[in-house]
Amino acid sequence: MARVVIIGIGHGVFGRRSDATVQELAFEAFRAAIEDAGIERDLIDASVIGSVPEYHKQRSLSGVVQEYLGLNPKPVWLTEVACASGSAAIRTAWMSIKAGVHKVVAVVGCQKMTELTTPEILALMGRVGEVQWESIFGTTFPAYYAMFAQRHMHEFGTTHEQMLQVAVKNHHYGSMNPCALFQKEITMEKALASELVATPFNVYDCCANADGAACVILADEATAKKLSKKTVWLDGMGAATASMSVLRRPDLVGLPSAQEAARVAYAMAGVKADDINVAEVHDCFTIAEIMAYEDLGFCKRGEGGKFIEERRTYIGGKVAVNVDGGLKSKGHPIGSTGVSMTVEIAKQLRGEAGERQVPGAGVGLTHNVGGIGQYTFVQVLRRE
Amino acid sequence: MFKWFGKVNFSPYTKVSDFAQHLKDGRLMGSRCKKCGATSFPPRADCGKCLSGDFEFVEISGKAVLHTYTKIVAAPTGFEDVVPYTVGVVDLKEGGRLLAWIGESIAEKEIKIGMDLQVVPRIFEELEEIKVYYSLEKPGTTWGRASEGGAA
Ligand SMILES: [Zn+2]
Repeated sequence: MARVVIIGIGHGVFGRRSDATVQELAFEAFRAAIEDAGIERDLIDASVIGSVPEYHKQRSLSGVVQEYLGLNPKPVWLTEVACASGSAAIRTAWMSIKAGVHKVVAVVGCQKMTELTTPEILALMGRVGEVQWESIFGTTFPAYYAMFAQRHMHEFGTTHEQMLQVAVKNHHYGSMNPCALFQKEITMEKALASELVATPFNVYDCCANADGAACVILADEATAKKLSKKTVWLDGMGAATASMSVLRRPDLVGLPSAQEAARVAYAMAGVKADDINVAEVHDCFTIAEIMAYEDLGFCKRGEGGKFIEERRTYIGGKVAVNVDGGLKSKGHPIGSTGVSMTVEIAKQLRGEAGERQVPGAGVGLTHNVGGIGQYTFVQVLRRE
Repeated sequence: MFKWFGKVNFSPYTKVSDFAQHLKDGRLMGSRCKKCGATSFPPRADCGKCLSGDFEFVEISGKAVLHTYTKIVAAPTGFEDVVPYTVGVVDLKEGGRLLAWIGESIAEKEIKIGMDLQVVPRIFEELEEIKVYYSLEKPGTTWGRASEGGAA
């Protein structure tokens, strides 16, 4: 079957964007992607929006974005699976091209999280888990991942310092990314001294909310070859789920949805974990990146802590991970994050990542997790 | 009256609403499918195995082992007045898992993954309206129970 190709990428600045509406943020990324692809806007057959609606005052976000991008009367729809909404949008665009329904599709991840007041955010924060049996005890998003961290420490001897080494690495690379919310290096001393959130996590174990947008334009193989020389191939597309409730998971040291999505994506692309040169993984919390190393097969179960300690995920190590700064440094506009990951891998495979370029990167991967691993999407991308 | 369950309740209407009445009377209940016998905690009305909607409540002992835990310092809406609090996930003796606060019978420095615990049904004494929950306590902790047959 024909392959699906990324022909254009665009990325806005992530941060506290009190200067722009969500559709204006979407426009920044869309315009950059159109210019990157070098195509006329009317070539786009459809668009898919990745976003989480409850953060926006505007109901039915797709309508206002589609209008502002000037894409009427072409069809648009929204995908929502929490923090993995962006990758879900890419997946449905990929499906529509594979099915032969559309030839060129724009995928826009866009999110404004700072429209809400602090009380509104605190109320949303209290409903992140399963609400019938868990949220009634005041569970929070950091608390869930903290419980994974505690169990990982108990079973494998992983240390909090190893977790914070993930933060140190990601802030190091984020200092080279002009689109990141935090563009400063941090030291281990500073990370260890930051305020407690939920044991063992303190502030530097957690990513920050942000506003921002990212865009990719996908096309079928024949159209892409006519239109573009900067092609990146979307060859492995894995998606999987796990129970909403952490009470019904087989264990609390990894994400079964990530393991399954990786298996599917590797098989579809015909690659192994060892073939991946550069990866974007969902580091919403430091332990999440360590579990991702293990779920994706970059190292064995339980060895993720040692893997970062030995700097195996820096550029020049076994596999470069989150060398755009990850969620930790870029910030996490939840609907945009998955698209942002795909933009970065495309940039790496095109050799355009500047001072954070992974030399000779030929095969890349994205790993985008929704919620506490209820949903995971894994993509394998190739330069050729 | 499932709205009784939890300091803040988000789901007052459910097919397992008698769970909260049992808890108020001092009994911790799981569910059992009447067709295939599959059991579940948390209880569920619709069998995850055979899809039957015919279920009954079965009392469980509340004997449990701590699987993981965390002390929460940054609390969401409705929990500001109880912060900091420690939540634990336990493996129940009869199968299934449960999430709850670690109670006052256990000092912070005694908390260890793998320790034995007892799930204890509780009522918020300080609140005027009826609010029930359960907490994780030292094995051997006792609590009051309504006489048999008093429950809905
Ligand atoms: Zn059954």
